[in-house]
This record gives sequence, structure tokens and C-alpha cells, in this order.
Amino acid sequence: MENIGLLIDGFGHILSWNHILLMMVGVTLGILVGVLPGLGAPNGVSLLLPLTFSMDPISAIILLSCMYWGALFGGSTTSILFNIPGEPSSVATTFDGYPMAKAGQASRALTLAFVSAGIGALAGVVMITLLSGWVANFALRFSSPEYFAVYFLAFASFISMGAQSPFKTLVSMMIGFALASVGMDTISGDLRLTFDIPTLIKGVSFLIAVMGLFGIGELLLTTEEGLRFEGIKARVKLAEIGRTLVEIPRYWLTIARSTIIGIWMGITPAGPTAASFMSYGVARRSARDKSKFGKGDPRGIVAPETADHSAGTSALLPMLALGVPGSATAAVMMGGLMIWGLTPGPMLFTDRPDFVWGLIASMYLGNVVAVILVLATVPLYASILRVPFSIIGPIIVAVIFSGAYQVANSVSDIFMVIGFGVLGYVFKKLDYPLAPLVLAMVLGDKAEDAFRQSMLLSSGSLNIFWSNALVSSLMALGLAMLLSPVVFGLIGLVRKRKRDGSAAA
Amino acid sequence: MKKSVSLACIMAAAFGVAAPASAFEPDRPVEFVVTAGPGGGTDIFARTIQAIIGKYELMKAPVVVTNKGSAGGAEGFVYTATNKGDAYKLAFGTNNAYLLPVRAKVPYKAEDLTPVAALASDEFILWVNGKASYATAADFAAKAKEGGLKIGGSQSKDVDQILTSMINEATGATINYIPFKSGGEAAVQLAGEHLDANVNNPSENLGQWQAGMVKPLCVFKSVKLTNDAKVAGDKGWSDIPTCKETGIAIDNYSMPRTVWLPAGVEPDAVKFYADLMRKVSETPEWAKYLADTSQSPAYIAGEDFKAAIEMDGAAVGEVLKREGWLAN
Repeated sequence: MENIGLLIDGFGHILSWNHILLMMVGVTLGILVGVLPGLGAPNGVSLLLPLTFSMDPISAIILLSCMYWGALFGGSTTSILFNIPGEPSSVATTFDGYPMAKAGQASRALTLAFVSAGIGALAGVVMITLLSGWVANFALRFSSPEYFAVYFLAFASFISMGAQSPFKTLVSMMIGFALASVGMDTISGDLRLTFDIPTLIKGVSFLIAVMGLFGIGELLLTTEEGLRFEGIKARVKLAEIGRTLVEIPRYWLTIARSTIIGIWMGITPAGPTAASFMSYGVARRSARDKSKFGKGDPRGIVAPETADHSAGTSALLPMLALGVPGSATAAVMMGGLMIWGLTPGPMLFTDRPDFVWGLIASMYLGNVVAVILVLATVPLYASILRVPFSIIGPIIVAVIFSGAYQVANSVSDIFMVIGFGVLGYVFKKLDYPLAPLVLAMVLGDKAEDAFRQSMLLSSGSLNIFWSNALVSSLMALGLAMLLSPVVFGLIGLVRKRKRDGSAAA
Repeated sequence: MKKSVSLACIMAAAFGVAAPASAFEPDRPVEFVVTAGPGGGTDIFARTIQAIIGKYELMKAPVVVTNKGSAGGAEGFVYTATNKGDAYKLAFGTNNAYLLPVRAKVPYKAEDLTPVAALASDEFILWVNGKASYATAADFAAKAKEGGLKIGGSQSKDVDQILTSMINEATGATINYIPFKSGGEAAVQLAGEHLDANVNNPSENLGQWQAGMVKPLCVFKSVKLTNDAKVAGDKGWSDIPTCKETGIAIDNYSMPRTVWLPAGVEPDAVKFYADLMRKVSETPEWAKYLADTSQSPAYIAGEDFKAAIEMDGAAVGEVLKREGWLAN
């Protein structure tokens, strides 16, 4: 309860018109960089960083962290409207968000996403408030084998649900692993799969891949189908937002489950991307009626968004408490902390409680401000879909190309986007799933690093994955997730046989 | 000490204004290519210089910072090297600028870059877990000889692993090296008792030291550090003994923070940026940056810098050769 007192002090530090204004500026800028694919939160925050050198640390962190929240919300917007994820963690939102928007319910999809994201974020902050001391110590127990086990769990819970042929899933996943291994390998320090092409040494950017696979791929399909978005028929009504707000309590179970997954993945710290994929996988598995998933099921939007934001928020705790950035954006903010004269690390909580608890208090307020601001933009965004495709289509292409260039200021990335666009189109036509490729690309190299570090730590013995209670239970859970469809399938088969057998007798 | 620095700065500023315009003066934005991701040591190095140039208006043209840190920094150096003769691309790095082409098959050679200046040298310290039983470097070396110890560090075949190899060579131990993505990760792994030691730079482990999660055994330097601020309880940087006198015979191992231009630029441009960096290194803000990150001031340029590169390259090259890490 001591923490609650500190939190109230924190509110005392930040409650001023000046700070509220900074929050609104930060969130608005954040939404802007989130909506423009390729710019993204890390770039946006580092562009803003020089401006904060002359500010006091509390105001500076409020501005930067609110920009981060804004960018997270903005990233979901493009996922839903154009099937272009602005951030890696909003890929899972495209699976159901885009079909719902395409069916003419863009406002509903956006509102669902924003509100559940807000709930997820607030749950994350509440966890930070109550458990900060305990979580910091818990995170210290994670070493390479534990990381590998968490990634394995994320893969297992997402992959085994595949509705498509398992072989197609496997092919897609292997292509993802191959793409993830391009560039310099952390463990050996050697270059892999670069074929002496200078631009390949930086690896294949995840953002380039999703912009091509999802964005360009989708545009090619739409063009083939006859140049129209079905969203044209949709009328934007404010009542739609209100109706969706009333609808949300119905998904309380999905929200609760996704919050837990998100917080868990945030503090362990596997990060928001793994959390959103895992949460989507679990929501789909546990649903009684799976048929609507992938076609615009509201639970398919609520689950990844809640988990994404609760993980994104909880991931700030390891950064504050241990000095390890949980994401690229957190790394930039940590650099900022050092320039403002603060040392990120365990002592920050004792040395500068005003800063830490001011930041935590600003997370409450900032997220509320962000939800209100993004809800206000829903009618605007939803009406974009009413613009005829022959106008909006070329604009999206231009935005994707400029976004692709901005990722690394490299022209070759634009050609790479086109290549991925064709690949995405072919995948859709041949009914190969894209999600396993994306998941393997995001988590593939991290899982590989963790596995090989574990092997170095144990001198090559696989027993390291069963060496303590934590890693064993994570591995066991992962294996259970992976094998459960097979086991349930077999049990079903045996029962059916028995019934058939007894009927015959 | 501080006073003389600020005095020097005032004089530098005065000279800066009074001196006749040099032959080269950038008239469009200059790109600072950071050969590391946002938030890391090299990133803060470049952005601090950007902030100082802006504050004292040391250069009329604006500065744009871009991060090209993939492949251990090779992305940024390749980018700079391919813009041959372009005096508007300045690469910021460490000794990785000339070590990368030796140890990995990267598409650039050290000759494709023109050395401008080095502004600081970052130190290396042997850190162990706060609860560890060793009190001195000699205790650690004795334990290491029994085998099975693990040191974690940033990247593979880079400064941390090279130093680990040198420790093995100096003590006859066989310490295993585990590569991580960054020094920060190695710091947390050590705090969680998953590793036996790391050789992080002072700033990378400061937070954990203050909390008592890790403790320094010795610094790989011929003399003790000079910064006597008590940063962790009653202990400060200057209380850390040198490795050489406490049991690990490595005299001097540090990492320069360096600035580069592409090959083929006019000598005037090289001189302009070398002077610019000198002016930066004489400001009080620079002194504060060095103190905050516990680095040593080490401005060198021109022929001195080239000689230092030769020397460092030869010393480290020997280790690379011994370990069989030469790529070509």
C-alpha cells in the first residue's frame, strides 16, 4: 500500500495544465507517426529527443512516453483500415480487424481496438503500481533457457491452431525463419545469407516485409477483384461508437485472459508482439464457435489489442527497475534518461521517486487521454474508406513506398517491398497462411539466439531446458499447447471408434 | 581540473569566433551516421556532440542523426564508405570501424574510411555478481583456472570477447564467452547470477553497482580511474584497483570513440571536422558527458590518430589471429 501513497505523490508532481498539454501534444504526434507506416514509434521518439534536452526530466518523459502510447494506437489504425500493420505488435490485429472494416464496420473495429487497448494498458499500469518490487526481482530469474521457453510457448500456442494444412504452415514458417537469419548472426559474429549484396547486411526489416506482404499483397488482390472497397457502403455514425462501447463488456472473458497473457509476456519479457500473437491464438482455440475467426470476429480484435498494450506497458517496468530496454522505443527513452542526467537501473526507484512515480502516474493519465483522442478520430479514419478505391489505392501505394524508404533511408527497401507484395499475393492465391511467416520473422532470431546461448551455457546439454522449476513449467506448458490438438484429436478418434464398435455389437 | 576545462572552452569559443573562415564550411545539412542502434553508447556519443554543436553554434549547417547499427555497425560504415568523397557524411563508432573488416566478411575495407578524430576512450572493468565470494582479480583468476566460468558480453568476436580471450591468455584460464545483443543484457544476466562475470564499460553496469547487484573487481588500465565521485555508496570509480596490480596481467585495454569520413574527401574537410570535434571536446558539456559515463578524455586527430589506429589494430589483430577469427 506504500506504493499507492507514492503514486498519489506522483500525481501531485504531474497534475498541471502544462503537463496535460504535453500529453496531448505527445499523443497526437504519436498517432501521426503510428499511422504513417515505416516511421514508427522508435524513429518518432528519437526525432523528438533533441527537443527534450532543455526540459526537466519529468516533462520530457511525459512527452516521450505519451508519444509512444499514441504511436501504439496509431499502429492499430492502419492494420484495421488498410491491412498494413504500423508496428510489429499490431500484425495480429489485421487478422480480424481488416475483414471487419472491409465488411463496412470500420468504426466498430476501430472502437473495439482502441477501447480494449486502453483497458490493456491500464491493467498493465495497475500491475506496475502494485507489484513493482516483486516483478523486478522475478525478471532477474530469466536467462537464455527461460527466454527460449517463452518464445517456444508463443510459437506453440499460435501455430498449432492452424486451420490450413500443417504443411503449408510449416513452409510459411520456414521462409520466415530464413528471412530472420539474414544479416549478422549474434552468436558467431558472421554474416549469413547476404550473398555479398551490401544492402542485405542489415538484414530484412520486419516492417518492409509486412508492408509488402499485407499492404501491397492486399492491394493487388483488391485490384484483381474489381477496384472497390466494400467499406464504401458504410456510413459513419457516432451511434456506432456508442453501440460498440456497450458491446465491450460482453467480451470480459477474452479481455481478462488477454490481459493476463499480456502482462505475463511483458514482464518475462518476451514483448508485445509475442503477447498479441499468443493471445489471438488462445482466444481462437478457446472459442466455441471458431468459424468467424479470420472473417471479422470481434474477439479476434479485442484479444490481440488488449494483450499488445498490457504487454507494452508492463515492459516498461523491467526497463525502469533493471535498466534493460524491453523494446526499441524503450531503448531510445533510456538513452534520453542518461542525457537528462538520470541513471536507469534499480536505484532509480529510491533516488528519484518523483520521476519514477511521476512517469507511472502519467501512464494512467496519458492512456486515458490517448483513448479519448483516438476515439475522436474514429469518424475521420472510418470515412477514409468511403473514398473510392481508385483514389485511395494509389495513395496507399505512395505511403507504403515512402514508409519503406524511411525505415532505413534505403532505396533498395522499396524494391524489397514490391518483392514481398508479390510473395504476399501468391501466398493468398495459393491459400498459404502469412501469420506463421510473420511470427517466425519476429521471434525467429530471438529464439535462435536464446537457444544457442543456452547451449553455450550448458556446454551442449538439452537438460538446461528442464534445469529449474521455472523453465520446466514453461516448456511443459509449451509442449502441452503444441500437442493438445493432436491428443484431443486422437481421443476423439478413439471414442468414435468405441461408439461405432458398440453400435455394431 | 574542471575550471581549466571551462577556461579552455571559453578561449576556444573566442578563437572559434575570431579565427578566419577555413577553406571548407558545410553549406547544407551534415548527416551523422550512428553505427549503433538508438539508445546505445555510440548513439549517446553522437547525440551529445550534436547537442553541443547546436548549443555553441559551432557549425552553421544543421545536423541530421541517422541510426544504421545493423550487423555490429557494419551497416553504417558500408553506407559511409559507399558515399566516396562526400564530406557531408560523418560516421560515429568505436574501434569496430577498423576491426569489423578484419574479423567478418563485410563489404568495406578500413581504407574506404578517412579517420577524422577520436574524442574519448571508454574503459573496461571486470565485474562479478554482488554476492560473489571473490574480493580481488587474483581470486577470480584462481577460480577461473579451475574451469567452467562464463563471461557474457556484447556481440561476438568484438571488444568484450577479445578481452575475454586476453584474460584467458594472461591467466591460463579457460573462461567460456557467451555473446548477447548488448552490454545491458550482459549486465542483467550477471545481476541474476546466470553468468560469473562481465567486462562491461563503466556506464553499462553503473545502475546495478549502485544497487549492490554487481561489484567491480578491477579496471583494465595502467593507472586507476581519475573520477573520484562516490557513485555507489562510499565507493567511487577511483577506488577500483587496476587489474595489472591485483592479479590479471593486462596493462591497458580501452575502446576509442571515433569519427570517420568516407575515403576521397578533401583534406580541408577532414581538417574542418577535426577542428570541430576539438572545439566540442573543450566544452564543459563534454566534460560532464565524460564524467557521467566515466570515460576518459582522449582527443586525438590527424597523424596521431592514424598511429593509434595502427597500434590498436596490431594489438587486437594478434588476438584475432590466435583465436582464428580472421575473415580474410
